[in-house]
Amino acid sequence: MDEKTLRVVTRAALEPLPGLLRDRGFTVVGPTIREAAIVYDEIESLADLPIGWTDEQGPGGYRLRRRSDEALFGYNVGPHSWKGRFHPSDVLLFQAQRNGRDVEFTAPPTESPPVALFGARACDLAAVAIQDRVFLGSASIDPIYATRRRGAFVVAVHCTQAGGTCFCESMRTGPRATRGFDLALTELLGAGEHRFLVENASERGAEIADRLASRPASSEDLAAARAGVERARTSMGRKLDTDGIRDLLYRHAESEVWDAVAHRCLSCTNCTMVCPTCFCTTVEDVSDLSREHAERRRLWDSCFTLGFTHLGSGSVRTSTSSRYRHWITHKLASWHDQFGSSGCVGCGRCITWCPVGIDITEEVGRLREAEGSRAP
Amino acid sequence: MLPVPYRVQRRRQESHDTFTLELSRSGSAPGLEFAPGQFNMLYAFGAGEVPISISGDPARPDVIAHTTRVVGGVTRVLSRLRRGGTVGLRGPFGNGWPLEQSRGRDVVIVAGGIGLAPLRALLYALTANRGRFARIALVYGARTPEDVLFGAELERWRTSADVEIAVTVDRATESWAGRVGVVTALLRRLSFDPANAVGMICGPEVMMRYAAAELLSRGVAPDSIFLSIERNMKCAVGHCGHCLFGPLFICRDGPVFPYERVETTLRVAEL
Repeated sequence: MDEKTLRVVTRAALEPLPGLLRDRGFTVVGPTIREAAIVYDEIESLADLPIGWTDEQGPGGYRLRRRSDEALFGYNVGPHSWKGRFHPSDVLLFQAQRNGRDVEFTAPPTESPPVALFGARACDLAAVAIQDRVFLGSASIDPIYATRRRGAFVVAVHCTQAGGTCFCESMRTGPRATRGFDLALTELLGAGEHRFLVENASERGAEIADRLASRPASSEDLAAARAGVERARTSMGRKLDTDGIRDLLYRHAESEVWDAVAHRCLSCTNCTMVCPTCFCTTVEDVSDLSREHAERRRLWDSCFTLGFTHLGSGSVRTSTSSRYRHWITHKLASWHDQFGSSGCVGCGRCITWCPVGIDITEEVGRLREAEGSRAP
Repeated sequence: MLPVPYRVQRRRQESHDTFTLELSRSGSAPGLEFAPGQFNMLYAFGAGEVPISISGDPARPDVIAHTTRVVGGVTRVLSRLRRGGTVGLRGPFGNGWPLEQSRGRDVVIVAGGIGLAPLRALLYALTANRGRFARIALVYGARTPEDVLFGAELERWRTSADVEIAVTVDRATESWAGRVGVVTALLRRLSFDPANAVGMICGPEVMMRYAAAELLSRGVAPDSIFLSIERNMKCAVGHCGHCLFGPLFICRDGPVFPYERVETTLRVAEL
């Protein structure tokens, strides 16, 4: 980032940003409050953001609290990630029509207006990059993902505070977003002025930023922005030691740690639903009563269900311990073999939204302990 | 990826629970080139889609044969199809048996139950170019004599293609004069040159593990033993996650793997 090109936009001067994006054809999606949680949904204006709210997060716990200021981005990530925008939780794959003995298959139109992600955090942008590799990175490209992902505009927000379950610092994905955005904002609340440091990372980002009233960033602005990100970096609620983690998991394919976690795990699938990188799906085939018309839908699925590994001879992973082992081993170990990176970005959602508070960072710790106790 | 409609040209009952569908595209559409060991996703209207290996002759891409055992809802609907019926087909997917690598070598094939289906496609390819391979042996285990598949073809390969064939059953019936027991026992008696042999195995996982162990103990190299692994599949293109087998996607990286790549994963239960 070239600090000389950074501009500062006041809170009032930021007001036109969602409209500028909409004028350029984007559906603007950003954080907003619904059912006492911050979710990502279509927003009309900055007024739709969770202004003056923050979130308290811990294992199995999430609460919104009022802040003492009117911050626009004074919280971390909620139960939604961006994956639902590009990899919908329920989507039609095809329709089949029977005409006598013939069957005709038709794909639904894949047109989708480009989306602007408003207020994307570094961990979530790392997750988008990971899903890009899953759905666009091999010989078979997923047309649904490709269509929705194409041309997406990203307004990133660098985190200036960390939540109770955050560990992006450990996964080296944040708290500062380094790529995958067109514009990035750092929210500055001190010095009597609510303002945003604005960084362009693309031509179209610059074109939009130029339309916002701004002044050059002062050295005080820059120092405040750096201090904000540093505050987030040093206040991570969780830590995960990633040293040799791939082999650590592989070495523990058989371990009593899995039985211990299975005593608590409800196999509820929450962790996989809120995970911004979990990509598994199933399909559902239905036909109408006349059996003339059928369709096939694709739905998010979870490796925590019994049916996930169903074969004619029964399911492969019948025990909860084997399913937890599969999930965490895929996330932290085999993902490296398959996609060249960890499958975990350190967003902490799986910890927060686990009804019994199972903590991925703690479980890795238990594996390291088990190893330590066995070493001579 | 949309299924392509294929017409059932012929349906043959192979045993009480196993049937073969021979499928063709309508009109003058080109055939489906495939390698023995590959599979297709077969869609039964409104019921669902299942991965089924291709059991037919790779030299006949105009007739795509699938031999299936009725084990669930979709295979039951498929089993009720008759000549003229339509199925949706996506494929072919996956890799195939290592034909090139087997040139000039002894080929030892081990099949268990319906596992003979993808190996039948292999046997068509091997016998079509019989001279390219040294000894070819098939060791095949079925539950009962009634479950023995492709009897006529086995006989033809034995008598006119110089394929050594040994069949065993778990439970004999009165009329059965053949062997009773596990395939590994037959494998033990088979004579071949371990230093120059390729093993190809398909069947229940426990059988494959023991068959591979037997071949290893005979001196066949771990990179010359190949297994075809089965897992649940929804997409067949590496996106649905169902077929993960350790770090491998069965649909994309397999289903055929050299033993050394799957040995550790096979050894741990429920992996």
